[in-house]
Amino acid sequence: MPRIVVDVMPKPEILDPQGKAIAGALPRLGLTGFAGVRQGKRFELEVAGEVTPELLEQARSAASTLLSNPVIEDVTRVEVIQEDAE
Amino acid sequence: MSVETPLIGDFQPFPSASTEGSLAGIRVGVVTFPGTLDDRDAMRAVRLAGGTAISLWHGDHDLRGVDAVIIPGGFSYGDYLRAGAISRFAPLMEQITAAATGGPGALPVLGICNGFQVLTEAHLLPGSMIKNNSLHFLCRDQRLRVENADTLWTSDYAAGEEIVVPLKNQDGQFVADEHTLDELEGEGRVVFRYVGENPNGSRRDIAGISNAAGNVVGLMPHPEHAVEPGFGPDSSARGEVDLRGGTDGLGIFTSVLKKLVG
Repeated sequence: MPRIVVDVMPKPEILDPQGKAIAGALPRLGLTGFAGVRQGKRFELEVAGEVTPELLEQARSAASTLLSNPVIEDVTRVEVIQEDAE
Repeated sequence: MSVETPLIGDFQPFPSASTEGSLAGIRVGVVTFPGTLDDRDAMRAVRLAGGTAISLWHGDHDLRGVDAVIIPGGFSYGDYLRAGAISRFAPLMEQITAAATGGPGALPVLGICNGFQVLTEAHLLPGSMIKNNSLHFLCRDQRLRVENADTLWTSDYAAGEEIVVPLKNQDGQFVADEHTLDELEGEGRVVFRYVGENPNGSRRDIAGISNAAGNVVGLMPHPEHAVEPGFGPDSSARGEVDLRGGTDGLGIFTSVLKKLVG
């Protein structure tokens, strides 16, 4: 069953408090090589049949209306993946 | 007018409520979503201010002829996805959005806390709310300054007047781009500002804003929790009060009732 993957990230200019907290926790595990962390969201829209261009357009519409808030977030990816891919 | 039995003590409607009986003719709707917490408190605040509170259900398509709407606090839809993101698409929100943007005489709408988040997601108010910069859930009595006393929801205050009401939230950090912030400041649409230390990192200490027409107002702190002696904050900006005697939030509710009667 193909899935459409949508990635949403906080805008670069928006402070990401969760990412900052994670960045603060990493050195406590001895993982000191990272300059920063930003936390986003990944959605997987499952499709029963074929992914048509219309369906992909619907996914883009969902991404920009419900799945993200353009004031604070960017949609960074809308992509079809097949089962067991990746 | 139905009156709820108080939790304890004698129920005393405020003088304004008993002397201005016409306020009782004003019907203020309070919306309940799955996960709303403060709807009963908001309805009680409306009654204490002298008005009639009407319960509205998010799944309905009917505003039941109300004169104003309050979207109360809580965690509608569990705050899943983003605070207010799913509530925004509730059937009743379509009615509210249409009625609130109808030009002169548009429906007055107040969003408190989660209600404010719903209003930003519905694009009735600009900006958005992200997690508190401290990452902590905050619950405390908060001093605010009423920056704009010309809105339908703040006319019972004086511009520059300070009030103390509870603040309790996790996603309380108001953010917007610099252009939007300048526009809000320039047009006098910053309605409430935090006084003293900024509790959550909100841009320019903004606690509440209005739309351009002034009929839609949203704020993160909770005026409905500071309306009744014995159940409010332990402090008031008007001087010393008894334990839990703070009622600085009542003016929000009397403002809209008096404006609508007038």
